[in-house]
Amino acid sequence: MIKSQLESIRQAAAEKIASAEDRAELESLRVAYLGKKGELTAILKQMGGLSAEERPVVGQLANEARTYLEELIALSLQRFKSLEKNARLAGETIDVTMPGTPVPRGHKHPLSIVLDEVKEIFLGMGFSVASGPEVELDYYNFEALNIPPGHPARDTQDTFYITENILLRTQTSPVQIRYMESHKPPIRIIAPGRVYRSDAVDATHSPLFHQIEGLVVDRGITMGDLKACLEALAKELFGQATKIRLRPHHFPFTEPSCEVDVSCFRCGGEGCSMCKGEGWIEILGAGMVHPQVLRNGGIDPGEFSGFAFGVGLERIVMARYRIDDLRLFYENDIRFLSQF
Amino acid sequence: MLLSKKWLKDYVDISVSDKEFADVMTMSGSKVEGFSREGAEMKNIVVGQVLSIERHPDSDHLWVCQVNVGGDEAIQIVTGAQNVNALDFVPVALHDSVVFGGKEIKKGKLRGVESCGMLCSLAELGLTAHDFPYALSDGIFVLGGDCELAPGMDIRGSIGLDDVVTEFEITSNRPDCLSVIGLAREAAASFKVSLKMPEPAVKPGDADVNELLSVNISDSENCYRYAGAVVRNVRIEPSPRWMRERLRASGVRPINNIVDITNYVMLEFGQPMHAFDLRFLEGNTVDVRRAENGETITTLDGIQRTLDDSMLVIADKKKPVAVAGVMGGEFSGIMEDTREIVFESACFKGTSVRATAKKLGMRTEASSRYEKELDPKGCVRSLNRALELVQLLNAGDVVNGIVDCDCSKDDVRELPFDWEWVNRFIGIDVSPEEQREMLERIGFTVDNGKILVPSFRGDVLAPADISEEIARFYGYENIENRPFVSTTVGRLTESQKLGRLISENLLAAGLSECVTYSFISPKYYDKINLPENDALRKSVVIMNPLGEDTSVMRTTPVPSMLEALSRNYNNRNSSAKCFELSTVYLPVEGQELPLEKVIVTMGMYGGCDFFTAKGVVENLLCALGLLDYDVEAVTDCPYLHPGRAAKISAEGESIGFLGEVHPSVLENYEIETKAYVACLDFEMLEKYDSLVKTYKSLPKYPASSRDLAFVCGREIPVLILKRAIAKAVGAMLESVTLFDVYEGEQIPTDKKSVAFSLMLRSADKTLTDEEADSAVKRAVKALDKLGVSLRS
Repeated sequence: MIKSQLESIRQAAAEKIASAEDRAELESLRVAYLGKKGELTAILKQMGGLSAEERPVVGQLANEARTYLEELIALSLQRFKSLEKNARLAGETIDVTMPGTPVPRGHKHPLSIVLDEVKEIFLGMGFSVASGPEVELDYYNFEALNIPPGHPARDTQDTFYITENILLRTQTSPVQIRYMESHKPPIRIIAPGRVYRSDAVDATHSPLFHQIEGLVVDRGITMGDLKACLEALAKELFGQATKIRLRPHHFPFTEPSCEVDVSCFRCGGEGCSMCKGEGWIEILGAGMVHPQVLRNGGIDPGEFSGFAFGVGLERIVMARYRIDDLRLFYENDIRFLSQF
Repeated sequence: MLLSKKWLKDYVDISVSDKEFADVMTMSGSKVEGFSREGAEMKNIVVGQVLSIERHPDSDHLWVCQVNVGGDEAIQIVTGAQNVNALDFVPVALHDSVVFGGKEIKKGKLRGVESCGMLCSLAELGLTAHDFPYALSDGIFVLGGDCELAPGMDIRGSIGLDDVVTEFEITSNRPDCLSVIGLAREAAASFKVSLKMPEPAVKPGDADVNELLSVNISDSENCYRYAGAVVRNVRIEPSPRWMRERLRASGVRPINNIVDITNYVMLEFGQPMHAFDLRFLEGNTVDVRRAENGETITTLDGIQRTLDDSMLVIADKKKPVAVAGVMGGEFSGIMEDTREIVFESACFKGTSVRATAKKLGMRTEASSRYEKELDPKGCVRSLNRALELVQLLNAGDVVNGIVDCDCSKDDVRELPFDWEWVNRFIGIDVSPEEQREMLERIGFTVDNGKILVPSFRGDVLAPADISEEIARFYGYENIENRPFVSTTVGRLTESQKLGRLISENLLAAGLSECVTYSFISPKYYDKINLPENDALRKSVVIMNPLGEDTSVMRTTPVPSMLEALSRNYNNRNSSAKCFELSTVYLPVEGQELPLEKVIVTMGMYGGCDFFTAKGVVENLLCALGLLDYDVEAVTDCPYLHPGRAAKISAEGESIGFLGEVHPSVLENYEIETKAYVACLDFEMLEKYDSLVKTYKSLPKYPASSRDLAFVCGREIPVLILKRAIAKAVGAMLESVTLFDVYEGEQIPTDKKSVAFSLMLRSADKTLTDEEADSAVKRAVKALDKLGVSLRS
């Protein structure tokens, strides 16, 4: 009798659980069957009237029915939870094509970007970075570099003077002398910095621009070293396919002197508008340090030799980014700066 | 320097393409800027002979010509020119031709009569009457006997408009190459051919030069040599075509035979020449002396110049007749009626000529040559060449002899022939024989282990100079690269690393890097409201600035930064945040050179406020490990808002400041929004930074947090409350953070409510509630003493 009652409760409950529509209905079914006042609980309460033989059998059946129903409820609950989560996620859908929250970012000046790159290249070749004053003595800027008063080379560098013997340096080369005065060979430095020439401002001229000086002094330095060093610079800066060409030139503080061209990095040497059809672009001046300059720096040219070079930074940066107007560098328009 | 190919051929025989010539010369040290063929754009213009000429049936000014242009049949051409006659030879632009300037000529009809081309004027060939003095400048160019009169022949060949001109960039150390001979010598050495060096020969004439001219050098320091010669019965007329066309190719306008000879010799030998009219040389004497202070001369260009005693002049008995090496006086020139002339071939000291030319503001062809220091030994040969040309052109009668006043030193410079050193120094392996040959090709003599430097190579003073000669003829391109092996470690200094760290930090904070001029206008100090007597107004002043805007070296980076912000504002950029590691230049009493200091300068406007700027500064200081600094309000910074400016200091020493830009300064910069600037002294950051990091173990025990709100006077800085709390709580305080400041309802009008969050923690145990509460009580009590009460 109880057995059949159990069986019918179990069946009825299973059916209702299976067809329950939400968690609330499921909960009420749980209470209705398994709660303290539930139907299954009520059956168990009747067990007192059973014989000692029947009791364990019915007890076991009742427990089985309970476990069975509990599992059904748990499974059903799991299903409801999963459905609810899916519904919630569906409601949380956003338009992923909307823009992200901007993260403010500053922009390095293009002159600094390239200068830092040049520094990296030279640090890798064992160079240090030196500096010297911009307001400089005539002696360091000219005389010690074999450019005495009245020398025609002074004409090509229209100089801003502060007094008769103090000026705004027209080149970074005075750092050569200052560095040699205070350091013994081996010397390997670059000296980037501002230089000044009395040129009115236009697209290709500025009274202030940047140079990078290089100086190497050691025993047995030759032009072969100079060529290798500059070729390494050109390849690192403009790509491994870059070639360099040294043309004889004249600077008072180097002997032999040369101007250095790199193969045009736009056309690769074929000739284009950038290199004016020549296939080469002049980027720097260089040479073996003049013995008198070594002496002026307190170094014995009988024992040591060296090379030096000077690169115009703006020129390289303009070529690299195809900037056609020098003035942009010093106007600091944020629309310009944020392109880099 | 423009070089005529025809002229060059007199001295060297080189048969390569113009391009190859340019390349080889460039690589051996004579840089070619470019080359061009004369008349290159002209096409299809030939010599024609007018066979007949008749009036145009329908016009009173046009003529119809039958012209023989070398073909079987004559062609018909209509011309409007009035100077053409039958049998004249003329340039004819045929059908489908191009004349100078690129204009195309086609056949057509002129008032109904067919014209198969055009007769050309000088201008249509790109020439002037200077090139062909006998031709009319406003009519057809009727070819003279100095042209090849062969109908059908290309006009360029006929009139000698067929030279190739190569333009060289000659460096200042090589004045010898500012001449045809000099470049011929370089070309001969570059192509390993021989140089045909001319030796001028003057035929004997009448009289004796010493009876007509005496020369004295009073200032032998500035005049090395003065050679003069006299020509009588001068016959002024145009030079022959070959001379005119060489001058034209060299960029010099032909004038007349005597003037042309002086220019020709200068171009050929590099030696400036001058011709004086002997009539105006009082006393027939030349004295090379210093000018007297205030002495005047009217130069050839008609301008009166006042001289001083640093200047060298050529004077006759009474007056200066030329500024030595710069320009002649007005009466010294050659005129139509000049009959007797003195040729001057002199050598002056470069620095003297340069200084004089600069002072007088007239740089001339002669002065720009002299200032590079010419060879005194070249004077006489050039003078003889001029005389030889006078005879060749039959331009006058040369008087016997020359007057040569020579104060130059006669020594020949000797250098050791150390070929092994050259090989070591350059990094090559060239035999002594080859080196010797290279040197001898360019005029050096190698003898007995010694090199004798030719007098025209004043730039060769030391073995390194010899090495350059060897290197350039060996070919820079042939020097083998030697793998560059470093014997030093390359690294940045601490200071350089700090600079990089600062830049990286500010970039990350959203500031973009600026590069501003180091020089400013002294007026910019007014623009930032600096008081009249402010120490920062004492700047390094440029003697010869381009303009006032760039006339003093800045002592503060603030104007530069405001300028950058202002430009952005004017360009309608809604916001800008910038920084620069700016150098300032501070004059130092008793020192020659100013102190050059770097200031980390920040500036911003748009979408920011004081605390944005302060946040950037604090964040930077934190990144530098500079945590222990003071901030105090400043009210007297002239360019900052008196209620929104702060000074930052460490250990009592100022590091910098920040604040809102003063509204009146913003007005000066036409910035119509609030802007902020901050400046930190790089040197101070370097002094107080703390970049050495040591790990601190993470806390093992939980923290207790307590929030407290106080009510205090509005004027009390929160920093004072914060410090009092920190001091009262002691070691247990991990942090105290301001999280709210409130004024308004429920708070008395002159008060504010300030709320802090305290984080309490012990390193070795969990704090009990009692311990935390007691700490809070200490804080409350401490503030109470300052008259600050807990908000109830």
